[in-house]
Amino acid sequence: MNVTTGLFYIFSTVMLFAAFRVITARNPVHAVLFLVLTFFQAAMIWMLLKAEFLSIILVLVYVGAVMVLFLFVVMMMDINTENLRHGFWKHFPFAAFVGVLIALEMAAVLMGGFRVSEVAVGGVDPSVGNTAKLGKVLFTQYLYPLEVAAAILLVAMFAAIALTLRARKDSKYVTPGIQVRVKAKDRMTVIKMDATQAAPEPAPAVEAEVKA
Amino acid sequence: MTLTLGHFLALGAILFAMSVVGIFLNRRNLIVLLMAIELMLLAVNTNFVAFSHYLQDMHGQIFVFFILTVAAAESAIGLAILVLLFRNKSSINVDELNSLKG
Repeated sequence: MNVTTGLFYIFSTVMLFAAFRVITARNPVHAVLFLVLTFFQAAMIWMLLKAEFLSIILVLVYVGAVMVLFLFVVMMMDINTENLRHGFWKHFPFAAFVGVLIALEMAAVLMGGFRVSEVAVGGVDPSVGNTAKLGKVLFTQYLYPLEVAAAILLVAMFAAIALTLRARKDSKYVTPGIQVRVKAKDRMTVIKMDATQAAPEPAPAVEAEVKA
Repeated sequence: MTLTLGHFLALGAILFAMSVVGIFLNRRNLIVLLMAIELMLLAVNTNFVAFSHYLQDMHGQIFVFFILTVAAAESAIGLAILVLLFRNKSSINVDELNSLKG
């Protein structure tokens, strides 16, 4: 049993414990914090698998941005947890049974079926880093999917803003779109008219007589 | 005893099963459901990275990259919907989300 194996067992124990606390924690803020711990342990395990770039991305981007977003949202809401946990222990035996069944079946198949160890595969070329290799594949073979992923992120950003944006009813503002589209023709009309106008004709004599 | 691919796959399987249990247990709390989905994606990503390492194939890690992107987009939109829901109903109970009758 070498150091890597020991580290793997330590990281996976902490990770599974943290994941268990995520699904059972009473307070949602604690659940998010345990989720952060789970992601950290997962990053460490990916580091053991020599996927340095993804491991660091998981910590920087996922924990740093997405989990903090989760934390903000959870903290903003005043959630009545007792009401939401109604029936928690009633479902526990069935859920535990299904979970243990899934885990045991998958572990039985996977542990037996994939006995690939590192020795059988052979060494990795240490001169080229993981990031460089990933970048080479990403920017040549997967360039188009990368652009699509960027577009998905952009659309997600627009969707999130559009969903939560709340315009104040009592404030007066000018819509920039209409403002930009306005032309000089819409603002000012030039009317052709004579420089001098004829004096109005005097009223007919008959009407004047009736009035008198 | 050296680590084999099976160890990592078993870890992913246990993590996935645990998040399924989480969905069963917290089926009223929408925010814990979102967190359980994140855990599931993490388990799948761990499997991808493990396969990528042991089979010496870089494409598995590319997949993890894209899964992370889509997961980030999903959680951003999911949380936006959650905020909107809480603003309108003052509750995140899944049982009360029945106003959209199909």
